[in-house]
Amino acid sequence: MNGPFLLTLIWIIPFVVALACLLVPHDNHRLMKLFSLVGNLINLGLVILLTLKFINVAGIAPAGSDSSASIFHFAYKTPWFKIMNIEYNIGVDAISVLMMLLTAIVIFCGILASWEVKQQAKEFFILLNVLVAGVYGVFVSIDLFVLFMFYEIAVLPMYLLIGLWGTGRKEYAAMKLVLMLVAGSAFILAGILGLYFESGISTFDLALLSQVRFSDSFQYWAFPVIFLGFGVLGAIFPFHTWSPDGHASAPTAVSMLHAGVLMKLGGYGCLRVGMYLLPEGAQVWMGFFLVLVTINVLYGAFGALRQTDLKYITAYSSVSHCGLVLFGFTAMTFTGLKGGVLQMISHGLMTALFFCLIGMIYGRTHTRTVSEMGGLMKVMPFLSVAFVIVGFAGLGLPSLSGFVAEANIFVGSFANTAAINRVCTVLAVLSIVVTAVYVLRAVNALVNGPIAPKFSLLTDATALEKVPVSILLFCLFGMGIMPGWIIELVNGAIKPIFNNLSR
Amino acid sequence: MTLSHFIILSLMLCAIGVYGVLTRRNLIGILLSVEVILNGANLNFAAFAHFRAFDPTAGAVFPIFVMAVSACEMAVALAIVISMYRRKKRLDVYRLEELNG
Amino acid sequence: MAEFIFTNSYLLLILPLLSFVIIVLWLAGKYQNPAELDKTLRCQNQINDSEETQKRADDFAKGPKIAGLAAILLATLNALYGLGLATAYYQHVLAQPEHYPNRTLVCFDLAWLNFSPGLTANMGIYLDPISVMMIVVITMISLLVNIYSIGYMKDDPAFDRFFALMSLFTFSMLGLVVSSNILQMFVFWELVGVSSYTLIGFWYEKPSAVAASKKAFIVTRFADAFFLIGILLVSFQAKSFDFLTLNLPETAALLNQSIVLGSVPVNLLTLATLLIFAGGWGKSAMFPLHIWLPDAMEGPTPVSSIIHSATMVVAGVFLTARMFPLFSEAVGTLAVVQFIGSFTAIFAAIIAITQRDIKRILAFSTLSQLGYMLFSLGVAKISLHGEMGPGLNSLGYSAAMYHVFTHAFFKCMLFLGAGALIHAVHSNDLMAMGGLKRLMPKTYWSLLAACLAIGGIFPFSGFWSKDAILLAALQSGHYVTFGVGLVTGGLTAFYMFRLFFLAFHGEARSELHDVHEDPWMTFSIVALTIPTLGAGLFEHFFAGEMVASGLAYADHLSHPLWLPVIASLVGISGIGLAWGFYGHGRTEKADEWRQWFGPVYQLVQNKFYIDEIYLFITHRIIFQGIGAPVKWFDRNIVDGAMNLCGRILQLGGKMVRLAQNGQLQFYLGVTVLGLAALLFLAS
Repeated sequence: MNGPFLLTLIWIIPFVVALACLLVPHDNHRLMKLFSLVGNLINLGLVILLTLKFINVAGIAPAGSDSSASIFHFAYKTPWFKIMNIEYNIGVDAISVLMMLLTAIVIFCGILASWEVKQQAKEFFILLNVLVAGVYGVFVSIDLFVLFMFYEIAVLPMYLLIGLWGTGRKEYAAMKLVLMLVAGSAFILAGILGLYFESGISTFDLALLSQVRFSDSFQYWAFPVIFLGFGVLGAIFPFHTWSPDGHASAPTAVSMLHAGVLMKLGGYGCLRVGMYLLPEGAQVWMGFFLVLVTINVLYGAFGALRQTDLKYITAYSSVSHCGLVLFGFTAMTFTGLKGGVLQMISHGLMTALFFCLIGMIYGRTHTRTVSEMGGLMKVMPFLSVAFVIVGFAGLGLPSLSGFVAEANIFVGSFANTAAINRVCTVLAVLSIVVTAVYVLRAVNALVNGPIAPKFSLLTDATALEKVPVSILLFCLFGMGIMPGWIIELVNGAIKPIFNNLSR
Repeated sequence: MTLSHFIILSLMLCAIGVYGVLTRRNLIGILLSVEVILNGANLNFAAFAHFRAFDPTAGAVFPIFVMAVSACEMAVALAIVISMYRRKKRLDVYRLEELNG
Repeated sequence: MAEFIFTNSYLLLILPLLSFVIIVLWLAGKYQNPAELDKTLRCQNQINDSEETQKRADDFAKGPKIAGLAAILLATLNALYGLGLATAYYQHVLAQPEHYPNRTLVCFDLAWLNFSPGLTANMGIYLDPISVMMIVVITMISLLVNIYSIGYMKDDPAFDRFFALMSLFTFSMLGLVVSSNILQMFVFWELVGVSSYTLIGFWYEKPSAVAASKKAFIVTRFADAFFLIGILLVSFQAKSFDFLTLNLPETAALLNQSIVLGSVPVNLLTLATLLIFAGGWGKSAMFPLHIWLPDAMEGPTPVSSIIHSATMVVAGVFLTARMFPLFSEAVGTLAVVQFIGSFTAIFAAIIAITQRDIKRILAFSTLSQLGYMLFSLGVAKISLHGEMGPGLNSLGYSAAMYHVFTHAFFKCMLFLGAGALIHAVHSNDLMAMGGLKRLMPKTYWSLLAACLAIGGIFPFSGFWSKDAILLAALQSGHYVTFGVGLVTGGLTAFYMFRLFFLAFHGEARSELHDVHEDPWMTFSIVALTIPTLGAGLFEHFFAGEMVASGLAYADHLSHPLWLPVIASLVGISGIGLAWGFYGHGRTEKADEWRQWFGPVYQLVQNKFYIDEIYLFITHRIIFQGIGAPVKWFDRNIVDGAMNLCGRILQLGGKMVRLAQNGQLQFYLGVTVLGLAALLFLAS
């Protein structure tokens, strides 16, 4: 199977699954779930195949250590709207491949985790698959317009998914989430159109645009527009408030996918479009954004400290951890950029598992209030141990993925000798203490202590539920213990971006 | 009779129609006023076709076209009006404001 | 043979890890789901009563002791391997120091985290005198504690989990001491933290244990954050994580520069070493971060014995020793180390006098002894390269390491003995004990040896190492520290024998049922008397081989004879005082004195209210002062601003809505007017 075909297939399959679900009678839940599961299993297989192929190809490709042009493998382009020079232009580099791998794992686990959805299951799975198709589309696109289109495809189903299948103040949360993200999209669109017209070559092709040297005055205003636009999805302070409400209200699979993958689109866009295309703008604005994301990191951690709802705790920790992604980027050093990318993967796995477990626990206890729980270790050892482990991943314990990413971020950020970077690094490092406090607080309240009598007859995870949890745990440990191959891959992809930044 | 007579007549018809549409409270009355406006326009077409056009048939097509369409429109509109009457037992447009924002 | 041992040195870490994995897998298979089991039993109508169910589940959980035996088997192999490694090291490296710079052998090194070209964190095994010493201590104590635990934990439903976690701890601790670079050390540093966390909270249904585990983790984590900053600072300057590079004089020279923080000029070397030491500060529970260690005694006693006295808490001392060439250059840091060490030594000893909980007394005693080790390091000064210069005094370094060695054994034994006592009377309270001499003779005599050792009485192990420490302080001219050390020695003897007399002598102060000495437990306790008695023989090794360029120990042996005499006299007088107050298990006289001291005693007994100060800081300042306002700010200001945007838009919508009144004729009127206006404008 040749590469470009594989890439196209990967984003088309979820659409096909959505169509297939459309044809299934609305009460045949089993068949729809089966379609979704099989479709995404095939996709997982394809993405793994893609990864292997990529490692194969990237291994023999010239290292390009001094080049500032990203090498997109499996590239293919064909005109789409000739009049505006929009092309169906696809290709991947290591970051996209890893993000696709993350997506495939998370959605597969997410579908397993939402096996119990009964209400309007048909629409649920259709929307979920459309969303996934959008996410894959973003990662394979090189053409900015197509990228933007897929981005919108990924964001909009979220409204219905949260508004219909959510819990709590779901309509409010859904509305807030979508409005804020769409406002971010407006910024992105403005930025992209700016790039298109300002480049002088009227193209949306990322690879071509990266070789254009935009004027400083243009970069000066375009960079913050794009960075903030994508940053909204990456929950940059103060535009993070959609995240706690959105995550808390969303159903399990949607939380998993949204916190695990969709938020990463923000970081991906900031890096790929913002910093890569507008390096001079990045240089000018980095101090400002550094301060913002440092606030993010600390603020999310302190915010999580006093929450009582398990999902809110996780959501604020996501704000803090996604802040670390951008924090790595704003360090503007090779190791920092790499750390940011690693943190995207690590946080994706971690937070997906977090929400997955919370969903399963909530399904049993019917409460998410921390103070009402306790002693679950006694009745659900598997879920509890998994929860403890993912908590440790969250606070950056070595041997789990979080540490690998955070170590890179901190080392990278410290390598930038500017005084403000140093101060912010110290502050960000201190945030790991606060992280430890809220994580342990949640863990202790949940799994330790005497068990309430009303919970004493609850049961542990079923065999089916153990599958996604085990997969994600395996990935967390895998990345934490053997990070070598991921780092090698990311190195190759970061190099041109870094070269572009420091030219 | 010159072109200006016809234009003035059609203008008057149109103005009467607009006046009717704006002031009548009865839906049927409004519909009739709309017909008056359309007829004003038709007269205008016919007059210009007669006095100015190289090929008078081109102008004559439009009034016929308008009449056909307005007949259809009337059929639909009357159907709506009748069902509205059945529902509300009155056709006072001041009372028909469900579509306000 | 030696070749084989060196090339396969990773086995040292693999064995305990294997033990952990095997037990966990076995556990997962066996212990699928207690609630599931419960339900199955219920369905079969075998039992209706929930107590019965619980009993069934517990019986099921107890099962055979395979996990413990497996752990012991692997721990034995590991101990043998550790000994083999030590022998090979002794025979090959120490015999030919000229082939091995700094007597160091890195016998395994694998790239793990590649940060940027040239900056890679490895996973390695680094053998030098102190790591080899620690390997022997850890593997030996781990084996003995595992054996002991078979007896101690035999009635616990979570027997298997205990051994799994103990193996995990052994793995992490061994990884820590053999680290070849500082990042690897940090990795294992965190892992021991987690093992400690899970083991303190081992009885997770007990709220106090859960709280203690959280406290321990967070306090050490707080220190670790500074440690991490220190690592970043040092590695950024040195462009390396490796200890071999960091300990080079070039690194010290590179760091020895002044920077301005805010407006205060700071020496970078002092700053970096202080930050690194901060990690050890937390892990070794020095004042004021000592608060977690006494609480950590909520864990099972074997855990307290191995983790919270013998091995993990000396990690801070080990870290300082590991980077000592760098620390040696930083005069300010060494002064801090010395001050904090000596202060904690006497501070903890004073608190220990007033405590009633047997394990807490031992915990404070551990703090005090750790203080000894640190101030001993603080008075030392060595250089692993170059010639001996004037003022270089390696004795403190060797003495600290020697004390780590002796302390590990006698303190481990004290804890194991305390565990045996607790097992006998089912209480931690010293006042509930008494008269156990008759019932537990083996424990009695072994603990006597340990108490004499910690009291510094000739010829027990503690005498030699404490003597060396005091001598180091004296020779380097730190007379105040020396005095503190001497007084603390007396206090130590006093509170240890207070414990000893109250526990063993006199009459039983509570009802005792079926007190006996468990063979597994007694075996370990008795086995530990061997190093407690015989560790004095290693003095030569510690003095001569610890550092490459130290003074020959013979030079130190020329120390004034009055020193050991005085130290022994102080120790003996402490014992005498304890006998005077508490001999025959009496407490009346002590009560009188307590009355006399009144509020001062209260203050000390409540540990100077430091826990309360922390509670105030964490709850009032961090939780309510920062956490709550941030939450409020987020909900009201940030979120409020976003909602305000929404509101403004809605308001705009409302305005526009007014125009949309549903009146057909109004719309048309507006249209006509608009048309008229357009025509008017166009004309």
